[in-house]
Amino acid sequence: MNDKIQNLKQDTRLKLYRSMLECRQMEQRAYDLFMQNLVKGTSHLGLGQEAIAAGFGVAMRADDYTFCTYRGHNHTLVRGVSMTGILGELMGRDCGLMRGKGGSMHLTSVEHGVMGSYAIIGAHLPIAAGAAWSAQYRGTEQVAVCFFGDGTTNIGAFHEALNFSVVWSLPVVFVCENNLYMEYTPIGDVTAVANPAADRAAAYGLESILIDGNDVDVVYATACKALERARKGEGPSLIEALTYRHHGHSRADPGKYRPDEEVAMWKEQRDPISNYRARLLELGIAEADLVAIETETDELVDRATEEASNSPPPPVEIAMTDVWADGSSSWRN
Amino acid sequence: MAQLSYREAVAAGIAQELRRDSNVVFIGEDIASAGGVFKATVGLLEEFGPKRVRDCPISEQAIIGAAMGAAMTGLRPIAEIMFSDFLAVCWDIIANQIAKTRYMTNGQFSMPLVIRTANGAGSRFGAQHSQSVENWAMAIPGLKVVAPSTPADVKGLLAAAVRDPDPVLFFEQKSLYGTKGEVPEGDHVVPLGKAKVLRQGDDVTIVALAAMVPRAVKAAETLHSEHGISATVIDVRSLVPLDTTTIFESVSATGRLVTVEENPRLCGWGAELSSLVAEELFWDLEGPIVRVTTPHIPLPAADSMEDAVLPSVERIVDSVRRLAD
Ligand SMILES: Cc1ncc(C[n+]2csc(CCOP(=O)(O)OP(=O)(O)O)c2C)c(N)n1
Ligand SMILES: [Mg+2]
Repeated sequence: MNDKIQNLKQDTRLKLYRSMLECRQMEQRAYDLFMQNLVKGTSHLGLGQEAIAAGFGVAMRADDYTFCTYRGHNHTLVRGVSMTGILGELMGRDCGLMRGKGGSMHLTSVEHGVMGSYAIIGAHLPIAAGAAWSAQYRGTEQVAVCFFGDGTTNIGAFHEALNFSVVWSLPVVFVCENNLYMEYTPIGDVTAVANPAADRAAAYGLESILIDGNDVDVVYATACKALERARKGEGPSLIEALTYRHHGHSRADPGKYRPDEEVAMWKEQRDPISNYRARLLELGIAEADLVAIETETDELVDRATEEASNSPPPPVEIAMTDVWADGSSSWRN
Repeated sequence: MAQLSYREAVAAGIAQELRRDSNVVFIGEDIASAGGVFKATVGLLEEFGPKRVRDCPISEQAIIGAAMGAAMTGLRPIAEIMFSDFLAVCWDIIANQIAKTRYMTNGQFSMPLVIRTANGAGSRFGAQHSQSVENWAMAIPGLKVVAPSTPADVKGLLAAAVRDPDPVLFFEQKSLYGTKGEVPEGDHVVPLGKAKVLRQGDDVTIVALAAMVPRAVKAAETLHSEHGISATVIDVRSLVPLDTTTIFESVSATGRLVTVEENPRLCGWGAELSSLVAEELFWDLEGPIVRVTTPHIPLPAADSMEDAVLPSVERIVDSVRRLAD
């Protein structure tokens, strides 16, 4: 693995950096938009966890499938989905990815392989297994990647999906983003094992994989390996990536249940983006190249914000459409 | 035409679809090698092989989740849930995921899948293996709900369900598995959302579903021969979409509506139908709408008690007579 990381190409590294930065800047903007009450309802930011989404996003094939959670803005963006569509959906605008019918917890873009963001804990693990089964059946060598949190390892669907995927040898990669907390409760307080995903792998005959989820090179290399294994027909993987969220669980949560020193340590010493920037400079990448990416990203976020803000609310009539495939919501003749 | 049992019609219906479209696949517990706990899927593994007819672990969420993921990505799965009572174990995937995903994503997905399940009483299995739960499904926007009463409709409605681009819950009535009937050979499709008038009468419209259909027909015969009351009997067949046109036409003509439901009383499909008729056909009615249902209790196991609480031919006859008097 270390060799692989040492040998990453420069343009892959720049892609990883750009991808993480786009996530960070987009979500910072989303946070600002909440503060201005332009984003209603709730929203769950992945600030601090960008390396996992970015590492996989860069490693995945264009036709692979992403299944993610309500904390899925970043996983959606890294597949090439329009930032305007994402911010527009958060703001309930007509330009939103689903024209406001889904909201921040359900970002979906089928044309980019983003097969949905799911907000009932655990539900999407079996669904991802199903997409993987379909890929296996059709012989397409596509892989389904399924992201979820540490808290999700304690729900039944997690265990059903793992057993099922192993028994059928499905091309699916399960990625547990262990950010140390479920909503407000430390995961260690409610889990029988120290590493909620990695320690359960053995129960399903899988290798125990525990990685630094804030090191994008490590995530990328791990992703490549698991994707290749799945594509070759060797079956699923379960990866536990350690990380931390910089903000509270959701918009309403100031995150006061976490010790200040813990938060400070993760933000200051283990921030995936500032650490990666330092590494890239150490590796001899010109600072000007990084600054160019940073400037372009700022411009992208400003443009997306402006486009989303200028988009009108969706026509309320569409509330009555698309329950059924014929476009209608009618249940009688 | 061939004489088939209701259970043989299930296998014939699935086989027809597996033969027609290579994207159709069939999964469930004990459905392949064992041919199903009700022996309704015998022979499918032998004809279509383990890639298309696949046994699953006892993991209802994984089975239904897998069906959903496959339906979203180009397949047309049929998934079996052994007893409809077990739908509660995977209800999140059905009610929150399968039913809502097309809507929430502004139509980005179709969900062409069928969930088949053995529903209803009559086997003395007790309260966790006997419920009629079609009204659970009917309450969720985004699910189509079908419950055939004859072998011909099993094959034809199953074909329509598999070919439909929306998710369909297909309720097979356990107590009907052994019943026989003529089933058309060759491609046989009965469109969803069409009620069937089984008998024409002038005095009252009896609307029934699944196992209650043969009882309603028998009751109508008795009403006619012994009491001089002539009843129309309608098999609803599909609760969603609901064929209000056929039902309303008959209720307008007879002026009286009796529903016969196997489900417990509260929020049964007959309540919805009654409210529609009360709202839209009030001035055509000549008497109150009457619902004949199982009482609002979990089902008892002993045969004497189970028989006593399910709507019987006698109870239907009595209810109609009281209304007609
Ligand atoms: C079945 C279910 N139970 C509870 C919730 C409420 N809930 C939403 S997020 C969450 C915490 C999930 O924790 P984790 O899996 O670690 O993911 P994270 O939010 O940390 O990314 C809970 C309990 C839910 N959405 N679904
Ligand atoms: Mg967590």
